[in-house]
Amino acid sequence: MMPSPTLLGQAVLSGIFIGALYGLLGLGLSLSWGMLRQINLAHFALAFLGAYLTYQLTSVGGLDPLLTLFIVAPAFFLFGVGMHALLARFAITPFNSLLVTFGLTVIIESLIQGIWTADYRRMETHYGTMKYKLGAFYIPFTEFLTLVMAALLSIGTWAILRHTDLGKAMRAAAEDGPIAAAFGVNERRLALMLSGFSAGCAGVAGVCLALSYTLAPAQIYAWIGVVFAAVMIGGLGNPLGPLIAGAVIGISEALTMAVIAPAWAPLVSFSLLILVLLVRGKRT
Amino acid sequence: MKLVTRLAGAALGLLVGLGLAQPANAQSTQPIRIGSTLALTGPLSATALIHKLVGEIYVEQLNAKGGLLGRKVEWIVKDDQSKPDVARTIYEQLITVDKVDLLLGPYATGNIVAAMGVAQRYNKILVHHTLGIPNLAKYDMQFPAWSVGANPETTVPNTVFDALAATGKPMKTIAVVTSKFPSVFYMSEGARAVAKQRGFQEVLFLEWEFGNRDYGPIASRVKDAKPDFVWVGAIGLEGNMLAEAMKKIDYTPPMQFHMYPAPGPMAKSPDTQNALAASIFEQHAPFTSNAVAAEFVKIYNDRAAKANLPDTAVETQAAASYSAWQVLTAAVNATKGLDDKAMSDWLKKNQVDTIQGKLRFDRQNNFGDDLMKVKQVQNGQWVTVWPKDWAAPGAKLIVP
Repeated sequence: MMPSPTLLGQAVLSGIFIGALYGLLGLGLSLSWGMLRQINLAHFALAFLGAYLTYQLTSVGGLDPLLTLFIVAPAFFLFGVGMHALLARFAITPFNSLLVTFGLTVIIESLIQGIWTADYRRMETHYGTMKYKLGAFYIPFTEFLTLVMAALLSIGTWAILRHTDLGKAMRAAAEDGPIAAAFGVNERRLALMLSGFSAGCAGVAGVCLALSYTLAPAQIYAWIGVVFAAVMIGGLGNPLGPLIAGAVIGISEALTMAVIAPAWAPLVSFSLLILVLLVRGKRT
Repeated sequence: MKLVTRLAGAALGLLVGLGLAQPANAQSTQPIRIGSTLALTGPLSATALIHKLVGEIYVEQLNAKGGLLGRKVEWIVKDDQSKPDVARTIYEQLITVDKVDLLLGPYATGNIVAAMGVAQRYNKILVHHTLGIPNLAKYDMQFPAWSVGANPETTVPNTVFDALAATGKPMKTIAVVTSKFPSVFYMSEGARAVAKQRGFQEVLFLEWEFGNRDYGPIASRVKDAKPDFVWVGAIGLEGNMLAEAMKKIDYTPPMQFHMYPAPGPMAKSPDTQNALAASIFEQHAPFTSNAVAAEFVKIYNDRAAKANLPDTAVETQAAASYSAWQVLTAAVNATKGLDDKAMSDWLKKNQVDTIQGKLRFDRQNNFGDDLMKVKQVQNGQWVTVWPKDWAAPGAKLIVP
């Protein structure tokens, strides 16, 4: 039976929203991988730590969840700076950064479990029930907010990297550090800033996760595969890449669920990844 | 010379006697060690926490009453990380390295089946609490403490459909949407067959991979299908995520049943009011008319709050866990020993009083009766609504 236009439209919207979350989670990962040569697996654990902090500040501290952005994001920026300083101090190679940050992921997961237990935590706020109606379609506020955040951060980062001196210096340092340094670029300081920004993005993603999802420590690992696919399809170090690739994956998955079968959806992201890698391979 | 020989013989006899008596004495004062694993980390850890808490409470209660066979009981519980292969290794270790006296099953079907293989290799009795696919329990000395019966894929859906039929508001169409998590999928397939037999028209069947993140399109398909009743084969948070996704498109099915929900989040969610689920125990009368159950509920509520668990109520998981301990200790006490074969033989011939009722193990694969009831979320709490004689005082199934 042919799916109704409403079903298809709602599925596309759903795909865009989940894709925005893939993009938001992938932004910091893509920047640190592409520009700092660090494959930061701990990015996912940080996002969930951000989500739990948002839960705590909102449910116990009584703060509005959106206000927690102003606490979580700066705190994570500092964490990112510290983490990069440590990795740089010991000259961790890209491959080793994968191992080190996996270890950090396990530590953060244990920390979360120690504080909040492995049981489920759900942040109940009035935002959770807010939704807009556009014709026959529904737009949930929390997911729309995630889309806005992802778009603002991705486009903003792209614009800074593309059109400002700071961004040009960052790109130059990522391209060839010693040559950039010869032109007066403080590579170390820029790397610290970039790492802090990436971690801050994880914090923002955490706030969005807490707004839309029930939390459990083990869910850290549920996002890794698909977000890695979004980052690789989008191109390492390209701030718009994860959002666009995330949306493509999200919409493809959602349409697969709506038209064929939900069980087929996980095949989509990795099939797309293989396809993109094959096409790219031919080009080079 | 004879005297010297006699004295030497007596001294030797005394020494040998003491020497032999010493280990026996020491053994009788040493604790009985019960080994098990639980998914303390990994995707199953939220529920496994309940089993850890229950085990700690039970062992404390047991030791306060003098332990087992006059010896204290020590529970050695290790983390299987929610992985069957890890569970298999640790059960091997518990038997060969820790040399535990008894085993108790881990949490969830996959890990139980893994542990069962090890128990079988060493001829150890294995009492377990959460095996969802009885067909997989082929070992002769395994005993289920979760009273789902030998064919829950048939009996549980029938109980649910009986409950719906008794409301006098017949439902004609059904949507079966299910996770591919093995024990859940098994029940959903059974529900499809039973629904067909009972004259339901299946308007939608969907399956998704365990770990699915986006429930929006599934919710839209359910809404499009307009079923009278939705059978949600979901485990843990999956059911909540689907219900939330349906609410986001302004849709709530007329009636919905969730197979293995996360009980706390589902009871508290505004999206799942009047949702149904299966249960063996809820903390209200008549379940709590049993004095042991009432005491356990009180202690569990208190300890769960202290352990910072968001949901402190006793329900199926905690009750199944407590029952497993009751079954194991009943077998030890009845046989007055730790002989696995003797305990196994005794359990096959006798029934055990547990907080979920009398359990028997004399049917297919040592399973007994299906004691599952139907519960419903009403005013943010789970209450049993079917069968009527197990319903919470004043409660009945609400059909919008």
